[in-house]
Amino acid sequence: MSNIGSYEERLQGFDWSIAKEVLDWQEGELLNIGAMCSDRICDRGHADKTALIWEGFGDQKKRYSFADLRAYSNGFAKLLQDQGLEPGDRVCIFMDKIPSLYISFLGVLKMGGVAQPLFSAFGDDSLEVRLASAGTRAILTTGKHVKKVRKIQDRLPSLEKIIVVEGNPDKLKDGEVFFDVESAERVDKFDCHETGPDSASVLHYTSGTTGQPKGAQHVHSSVWGQALTASWVLDIQEDDIYWCTADPGWVTGTSYGIIGAWALGATQCVLDSGFTTARWYKFIQDNKITIWYSAPTAIRSLMRDGNELVKDYDLSSLRHLCSVGEPLNAEAVVWSEEVFGKPFLDTFWQTETGSMMITNYPGMKVKPGSMGKPFPGITAAVLDLKTFEPHTEPGKVGLIAFRPGWPSMFRTYRNQEDVYRSKFVGAADDATPEQLRHDESLWYVSGDRASVDKDGYYWFVGRDDDVINTGGHLVGPFEIESALIEHEAIAEAAVVGKPDEVNMEVVKAFVTLNPGFEFDDMTELSVMNFIRKSLSPLAMPQEIEVKDKLPKTRSGKILRRYLRALEWGEDVGDLSTLEDD
Amino acid sequence: MSEMHDEVLEYVIDEYVDEDDDLEVTFDTALISSGIVDSFSMVSLKVFLEKKYKISLPDSEATPEAFDTVNSICDLVTKHLG
Repeated sequence: MSNIGSYEERLQGFDWSIAKEVLDWQEGELLNIGAMCSDRICDRGHADKTALIWEGFGDQKKRYSFADLRAYSNGFAKLLQDQGLEPGDRVCIFMDKIPSLYISFLGVLKMGGVAQPLFSAFGDDSLEVRLASAGTRAILTTGKHVKKVRKIQDRLPSLEKIIVVEGNPDKLKDGEVFFDVESAERVDKFDCHETGPDSASVLHYTSGTTGQPKGAQHVHSSVWGQALTASWVLDIQEDDIYWCTADPGWVTGTSYGIIGAWALGATQCVLDSGFTTARWYKFIQDNKITIWYSAPTAIRSLMRDGNELVKDYDLSSLRHLCSVGEPLNAEAVVWSEEVFGKPFLDTFWQTETGSMMITNYPGMKVKPGSMGKPFPGITAAVLDLKTFEPHTEPGKVGLIAFRPGWPSMFRTYRNQEDVYRSKFVGAADDATPEQLRHDESLWYVSGDRASVDKDGYYWFVGRDDDVINTGGHLVGPFEIESALIEHEAIAEAAVVGKPDEVNMEVVKAFVTLNPGFEFDDMTELSVMNFIRKSLSPLAMPQEIEVKDKLPKTRSGKILRRYLRALEWGEDVGDLSTLEDD
Repeated sequence: MSEMHDEVLEYVIDEYVDEDDDLEVTFDTALISSGIVDSFSMVSLKVFLEKKYKISLPDSEATPEAFDTVNSICDLVTKHLG
């Protein structure tokens, strides 16, 4: 029997307070995600239960109980306090998927800090933009990644503390602190900061079409949405062994790779050794994983490696599979049913929503290729592209939108209330984030397009903006274009997504050259590596096309949509504003 | 070892290893499975090989295993050089 039972029955009289029942949470208990994912599980008699099974490169393997999770996260919380960090301070966590990432995340929250996890493959430019925007006061990192921090620290006056949690302590520079939580004195008791439902918890940066990435601010009461969806959609139960493959540098890796599962007291697995099909199957086999939450890009990569390899492994422990990050194509759903004996269930949500919004459910009929139906308590609609009014015409494409107010909803974009306001159709010019969040006459517009069929299933169509979704990661064209023109050969740049069989989209750049530069193979490679190192491998253009001039409007704005339409073989639309040759 | 081995090794060290890393990279050093080259960055390594040696490497063969050492990379390139 699944946790959700009947989706249709759950819709009747739904109230978010059921999340508290699921967690057996009583009014008056401390609402602090760090404590709820560790101390609280111990206090309920599960201190010895395995919380984390971790494997890294080579044969590295580690296991941590909830008692370990409590003590080590306390250790991080105490360290941060001792270093002078205060509640509300932003603390960046910048490391590979090592145990300290997961444990320090809880520690930051316990001392009242705001956890700001960033993808460890980010280059120094990407890191700088996000740390500057957040006014980050401390960064937890490793010997491997601290060099990127050193390159930019002089330009970040708010960044006072650099704490290295793994590596060679003899290699530290003046002012840096080394802290190996497992070698330090065990801290079994720590007085967690008394956070409340609206206390800031996690700050995730997400890319948009214009401007630099925006910091979506979440709060401690997001745990209600994350835990309930982890229970009803991921179907996490007492004895499950759960594997979320996402990196906590992105929202899935925190909402469901840390918070949702640990709030339920589940055993989680983490594999930090890159992607190879054989390694993944072996990881599932060795750890008897029962629930697997992954991404379409990974699933398509597994498909590409064929059906034979699967037979070398005993994957019979798997009982429930889910997917997130980009639309899951019907072929992948059918394939998973064929080789694993069960389909991957697609789930749709985004950084800003904090938890799942439209998903498939255990026991509900799966229509391969569909996103599923809105989670109970979520009022979703497809808005007309011109009038922004909801429509119910089956198959007609519109904007996916939600009535505001669900528990995990982001509270603002850090220092960008005007951008936050712009996400709500019908918002008053002076409405505050708090007013917007409680105004049930508004629609929060997700930025994605979909249609709804006659049975109420949603079908993803695509983005409504120029943001590129590559392998489930959103990449902003503006950030890449800004970096491209820093390269000596590039005069102007326009970046779009181009179709890719495995990653859905990859980055393609159109550029014009500065006088005196020729674009040979080595220059192209130099530009690619320039972006890979300064931004990230995800942002690196996989193709660069040199143009004599870029298409622009008469007012001089580069027409990305024209270039994108050409890449996708789509109608280029109205070109009346195109600059004459 | 061939000239190709030296060229690939030099490229890997220049592009993926920091100057102040105490890391000795040889023809047999694990690159992907040790984390020296992250799996996302394999694309740029593939592009380098294709442009440098004027070959096309099918995605199905450009696997983490094939890219894991300079030796295995050179085996793959040699195969496609005919």
